Amino acid sequence: MASIGKILRRTFLIGSAAIVGGVAFGAYYVSRPAANPLKPGKGETALSPFVLIDQQGVTLFAPRAEMGQGVMTTWATLIAEELDVELDQIRVLHGPAAAAYYNSALVGEGLPNKGYDISDFQHNLGEALGVLGRTLSLQVTGGSTSMKDGFERMRMAGATARETLKQAAADRLGVDRHQLQTENGAVVAPDGTRIPYTELAEAAGQIEPPEAKLRDPSEWRLLGQPQPRVDIPGKSTGTATFGIDVRPEGLKFASVRMNPRLGGQMNGFDASTAEAMPGVEKIVDLGTGVAVIASNTWLAIQAVEAIDVDWGEAPYPPDTDGLFNQIAKAFDDAPNSTMRDDGDVDVLPEGATEITAEYSAPYLAHATMEPMNATALFTGTKLDLWCGNQAPTLIQMRVANVANLDTEAVEIHTPYLGGGFGRRGELDFSEIATKVAMALPGTPVQTTWSREEDMRHDFFRPGAMARMRGAVKDGKAVLIDGKVASQSPTQQAVERYTGFPGGGPDKVLVEGFFNQPYAVPNYRMSGHIADLTVPVGFWRSVGNSHNGFFHETFMDELAHAAGRDPLDFRLELTSSEHAPSAGCLQAVKEMSGWTGKTPAGVGRGVALTYSFGTPVAQVIEVVDEDGTIRISKAWIACDVGLALDPATVEAQMIGGMIYGLSAAAQGEITFADGEVEQYNFPDYDALRMHNTPVTEVRVLETNKHLGGVGEPGTPPSMPALGNALFDLTGERARALPLNKQFDLLV
Amino acid sequence: MATTLKINGQAHQVDLPGDVPLLWVLRDEVGLTGTKFGCGVAACGACTVHIDGEAVRSCQVALSDVWGDVTTIEGLGTPDAMATIQQAWVDHQVAQCGYCQSGQIMQAAALLTENPAPSDADIDDAMQGNLCRCGTYPRIRAAIHDAAAKLKEV
Repeated sequence: MASIGKILRRTFLIGSAAIVGGVAFGAYYVSRPAANPLKPGKGETALSPFVLIDQQGVTLFAPRAEMGQGVMTTWATLIAEELDVELDQIRVLHGPAAAAYYNSALVGEGLPNKGYDISDFQHNLGEALGVLGRTLSLQVTGGSTSMKDGFERMRMAGATARETLKQAAADRLGVDRHQLQTENGAVVAPDGTRIPYTELAEAAGQIEPPEAKLRDPSEWRLLGQPQPRVDIPGKSTGTATFGIDVRPEGLKFASVRMNPRLGGQMNGFDASTAEAMPGVEKIVDLGTGVAVIASNTWLAIQAVEAIDVDWGEAPYPPDTDGLFNQIAKAFDDAPNSTMRDDGDVDVLPEGATEITAEYSAPYLAHATMEPMNATALFTGTKLDLWCGNQAPTLIQMRVANVANLDTEAVEIHTPYLGGGFGRRGELDFSEIATKVAMALPGTPVQTTWSREEDMRHDFFRPGAMARMRGAVKDGKAVLIDGKVASQSPTQQAVERYTGFPGGGPDKVLVEGFFNQPYAVPNYRMSGHIADLTVPVGFWRSVGNSHNGFFHETFMDELAHAAGRDPLDFRLELTSSEHAPSAGCLQAVKEMSGWTGKTPAGVGRGVALTYSFGTPVAQVIEVVDEDGTIRISKAWIACDVGLALDPATVEAQMIGGMIYGLSAAAQGEITFADGEVEQYNFPDYDALRMHNTPVTEVRVLETNKHLGGVGEPGTPPSMPALGNALFDLTGERARALPLNKQFDLLV
Repeated sequence: MATTLKINGQAHQVDLPGDVPLLWVLRDEVGLTGTKFGCGVAACGACTVHIDGEAVRSCQVALSDVWGDVTTIEGLGTPDAMATIQQAWVDHQVAQCGYCQSGQIMQAAALLTENPAPSDADIDDAMQGNLCRCGTYPRIRAAIHDAAAKLKEV
């Protein structure tokens, strides 16, 4: 934990501003082009603060999207810890789109280092490069970065607000600020007099904030303890508002159909049947698709499906085999990156045993529970857009462009997200809903994707292949030479976001591949980009989601070739390279009572991946029940450096694992005639109550840096399951999903 | 043609074609948005409501076929006066994204009415039609057991 606490402090200041009857606090960045978010210059728009205090009470803003990961609560807790307020006595709101909320941690992840071996110098450099996030105005919720990004700034905002309120009380009481304490929303004088913050707010707005010091973690009352999540009562009573639930006055309902041959043209359509259907108000020609505006979403879906459309061809090979042939061709080209090249992999060490293996992983859909949707109200001079999203500032720029308005004339409202997993970082739903609403100026229109339309128009986790060669000698891995090939979601996303093609070495494609914490003397890992235009995007844990399977299945094959226990084999290779990773392996060994031996009818597998700054080890147990294989138990150990809310870390680790196991067991998007063959959950299912393993989690805190929690639980689950199936059956799983090879309980 | 529905104890006049599913009557006509659209084909359970106490997928019940009194998540309890099952959901901090939880809770409530002390196997059987992409199943199971215990006390 040594370096947490000094990052960022030099790079931002906490500012304050008087508001009507109170005071606001927020962070702004020194020596950078963005204005003080609280004191806008002439012609600038005031940006949103993190803390607002007025006579009505205390309001905290969490400028990250709440998609179930608990960010709203933990972010508010960071402020509340320093401000001395209780979460149940304040309001927590999701902040509007604001350039000041750019995500410095996400861009820091772009540095070409392995992460786990990061030096303080590199760490600071990474934070300094965070400035790039701002040039793109990346207010993005993704990359498991929220806590890394907010950890310092939010606590500082709370501490500065506290000291300013104390100064206001000191001025009123005629005492020194340092004689005052704060407690539960009030300043307390030495004689016990309590002055609520609400009474001090107006005076605090007139004071230049004094310098504030952050509390030592040993003094924390809230951080490090499970906090009741502020969004859960609403989500348990049907009163939480998701994007699909917004109901502006006079709302109409629409549904959309785009070319199922993704990116193909629309040659024409005949809407005469649809026009006569009940409730239909307007047919909208989107150029590359059609929408119907109606009085009811279901009537809109019926009508849009009744439109006879002549769709053009797909701009990619029309079936799965053709796509994977194209992916395999990428191996023949020079690598896009070789981010690890240790020793000499071209020379087989004398006396070593060489093995090779080829792996593949399919395209995958995000399949959020809430289908894509967005609601727009276009008046001609202003646009309001409501949607669950992971990137409000990017959306604001895009829809402003679509509506030919200045960004200031566009207001983005972000309700709760019914699942994100990376899908809601895309711009398509906002752009399409804006175009639909522009067909009916002055009337708010909610455009909802049918599940089928959502499933078949995703930005998919790309299909991927790996070719692995390795060698073992004297019970150890002495050589790993790996190549991964897939489309690049990063390059595509950069083009979608900016209009310019992305280029350069793609670290995301090879994360979980080149940067795994094993001491292997000859170790070369390369990434190859497949030239295909199937829409691909960021899927929970991104490149790690396939690379974890490739790397950790191969690690198991090496252990097997070396005649070693797969857990001990990994433990030995990590202990000198990265102690927190070894600690996670040791923890799951203890938790599962791992002996390396399993009774007949039971199999166990282990995997370790390091992603988003967090090592995670998992042991999965499978049981043969009369020929059907049940995923019965799981043990997870992670080292997050500092567990700001241990209950949320546990929930994310289990959820991340289940998301990964769902894909590993049965997730697959395939293509025929240029179209996705899966339509709905019966074709693309996930684990459910009856086939989810009983799971135990241990959260460790020895890691030097604050690691992410939303994604790192996903990558190790897939190889751990495959390795367990090998232990049970003796058959190696080299292609996902596993239900094609094994009779899994679904 | 106007149809009269009794929803959460209140009568509602609805003027929509008879084949519109109850789900879309609730969400887009009556304004009860706690009941969610997930798949439209009875494969996810997000739209689960009660008709005369029985858990049904409201995306599969046409307006003209609604055979009894409808209860939605909003009728089960409110943030200020939660039903026991809802309080158990809060106590166990079940929800992540929360989108499927209305349906999960309505399904669990019907299970507990029918079977006040469900085993793990009973929970597997009753709840496997309800999908959760966040993977909250372990906490859902714990909340159901807890609610069953609390309901037994009263």
